[in-house]
Amino acid sequence: MSEKKHILSILVDNEPGVLSRIAGLFSGRGYNIESLSVAPTNDPAVSRVTMVTVADEDIMEQIKKQLHKLINVITVHDLTGANFIQRELALIKVNAKSDNREEILRIVNIFRYKIVDVAPDSFIIQATAKGDKLDAFIKLLTPMGIKEIVKTGSIALYRGN
Amino acid sequence: MKLTGAQILMKVFEEEGVDTIFGYPGGAVLDIYDALDRTEINHVLVRHEQGAVHAADGYARAANKTGVCLVTSGPGATNTVTGIASAYMDSIPMVIITGQVSSHLIGNDAFQEVDIVGITRPCTKHNYLVKDIHKLASVLREAFYLARSGRPGPVLVDIPKDVSNLTTTYEKPQVGSKIEMRSYKPTYKPNIKQVQKIVSLLKKAKKPIIFSGGGAIHSGAAEALTEFARKTKIPVTSSLMGLGAFPGTDPLWLGMLGMHGTYRANLAVSTCDLMIAIGVRFDDRVTGKTDVFAKNATIVQIDIDPTSIHKNIPVAVPIVGDCRMALEELNSLIDNENIDDLCNERDAWFAQIEEWKNTKPLAYEQGEAIKPQYVIDKFFELTKGEAIVTTEVGQNQMWAAQYYHFNKPNHFITSGGLGCMGFGLPAAIGAQMACPDKIVADIAGDGSIQMNIQEMATAVQYGLPVKIIILNNRYLGMVRQWQELFYKRRYASTTLDHNPDFVKLAEAFGALGLRATKPEDVEKVLKEGLASPKTVIMEFITDREENVYPMVPAGKAITDMLLV
Ligand SMILES: Cc1ncc(C[n+]2csc(CCOP(=O)(O)OP(=O)(O)O)c2C)c(N)n1
Repeated sequence: MSEKKHILSILVDNEPGVLSRIAGLFSGRGYNIESLSVAPTNDPAVSRVTMVTVADEDIMEQIKKQLHKLINVITVHDLTGANFIQRELALIKVNAKSDNREEILRIVNIFRYKIVDVAPDSFIIQATAKGDKLDAFIKLLTPMGIKEIVKTGSIALYRGN
Repeated sequence: MKLTGAQILMKVFEEEGVDTIFGYPGGAVLDIYDALDRTEINHVLVRHEQGAVHAADGYARAANKTGVCLVTSGPGATNTVTGIASAYMDSIPMVIITGQVSSHLIGNDAFQEVDIVGITRPCTKHNYLVKDIHKLASVLREAFYLARSGRPGPVLVDIPKDVSNLTTTYEKPQVGSKIEMRSYKPTYKPNIKQVQKIVSLLKKAKKPIIFSGGGAIHSGAAEALTEFARKTKIPVTSSLMGLGAFPGTDPLWLGMLGMHGTYRANLAVSTCDLMIAIGVRFDDRVTGKTDVFAKNATIVQIDIDPTSIHKNIPVAVPIVGDCRMALEELNSLIDNENIDDLCNERDAWFAQIEEWKNTKPLAYEQGEAIKPQYVIDKFFELTKGEAIVTTEVGQNQMWAAQYYHFNKPNHFITSGGLGCMGFGLPAAIGAQMACPDKIVADIAGDGSIQMNIQEMATAVQYGLPVKIIILNNRYLGMVRQWQELFYKRRYASTTLDHNPDFVKLAEAFGALGLRATKPEDVEKVLKEGLASPKTVIMEFITDREENVYPMVPAGKAITDMLLV
């Protein structure tokens, strides 16, 4: 059976140890986590975990059921195939010398990203997008010399209701 | 009312109807023990914390209640892990209370500090570290609720020493108040439409079979299962964990399924056109090679745990819910049907099963040396099938499952999922505490019994007339059997030439020790052991290289049986 990428949106009790239960479930059963992002929701007692995982259909069904079986997990939604918005945030520190500063600014403008820090020989760019668009952007910047990158995992929400 | 944490624990025990707990004291639980000493609760002092957990397991199964253990921090807590893992795999309701170092020391590598919540996360249904005395009562109530509801399992509560010592107000819960957890809502009531599908499937089936497991026992479905099978004339097989849910002496009983299942059960499963699976999880010891398992059958699976469904075997009709409720529902649906429509053309199916039964029944020939099967046969006969039987692990366990025909649920107590040697003796202690008037026997191997032999002292201390039947083959028999069959008889580290003298050992513990070396002594020793009011070891020197058959080599189809 073919493997597919899935985005899971999981609401959990905001309690110590919950993340370790989820991570332990994945490592213990040999499932993989491609990215993970966690923060409290507007209800401080509840956190949202957004997780990207790759699995075939049977394993995916198990993953969802096993997650649901964890006592601290309130709901599990597989957004894959649904109508949803997905974003990742990246901060990219890139070499910016006099000969390429203009070029960098031009690329950043095309993508409508932002320069959030300016130093004598580097910029930090803030980029928000879906994963593949970010990859394209990073590719364009690579020749300039990327010093460091930090990326969040995907976060996602259903559109409308 | 202001109470200490330790006293609150006692109050919750009282609320939950706990009358017996198994444990071992230490620094971090001194306050708890001090409070416990002033209650009416029986405390059984084991000799090793692993024993406490297995005893609570045996108690839980025999009494059909939640087992409770109490141990100290650090080594006390780590010693429980094997027992907890076994209870988790067998879905046994249990609450384990561990002491922890004081809150302000946690994380400092304090003396006897261990992160037991971290260690047991993957082998408990849930666990808690209680840092706030105000939450103690609610966490404990939640722990008991989780342990026994839905798919049961062990729940651990780690209580730092200062929390057992601090005080807070204790309030009795309101009568009839229920625990509500937004993130935990087990489904008990099965979807009626799904249950109705079974009725239509029965109308078409010519070769149906019921396969029941531990879930049928845990949910108290034995009666409903028996009624259903008898009404619709469907033969029944079960996993190791399911023995006793359907009477082992009923003509519809096929024997156990799987690696050491009967010839007819394994063939019937491979031939059936409809399988109704009840409270099973299709463990690899049952299915063998999964892609040919029950390959001709439409499979219906009833289970309270959705993760058990469709995990190892694809299922046509999944039913999430309580096995007993589903079967009762089914029985009432059937009452509205013409019963003959539901048991169409069964004659050919029964004839086929009868033929399998006669070709390769479970059998052995009692020769010069004592056959282990003969000991169990005789024991079954002498106890009229009424005993509660616990087992160790290995050949002894499989022979117990094959030759003691369990007619009632909660009478066969074995470490099924984990297969944990050293389980039987402490489990028998727990079962005997739960059922003082029953005959409780541990069917053991000479290897396994030495894993928790120290619990002899516990059995003797509490005057428990547990019967320990050692089938002594001077080998780690089951491993030797694999070496004989698959490793060219190289018996690497499986010979036990330096066993203790079990009769003297029994006497040293203050128990009765008996030994049979010849077949003609078997009955005499059993009778004498059964008649004694003491803890008793009955040692049977058995035919050394006797094997358990049938045997399906690991990973093979269950039709690929090695037979005697
Ligand atoms: C704690 C533990 N360690 C190792 C094993 C592996 N094992 C399974 S059966 C067995 C041999 C058991 O020997 P014995 O208790 O003498 O029983 P027999 O098979 O001879 O009846 C062993 C070592 C196990 N199941 N549990």
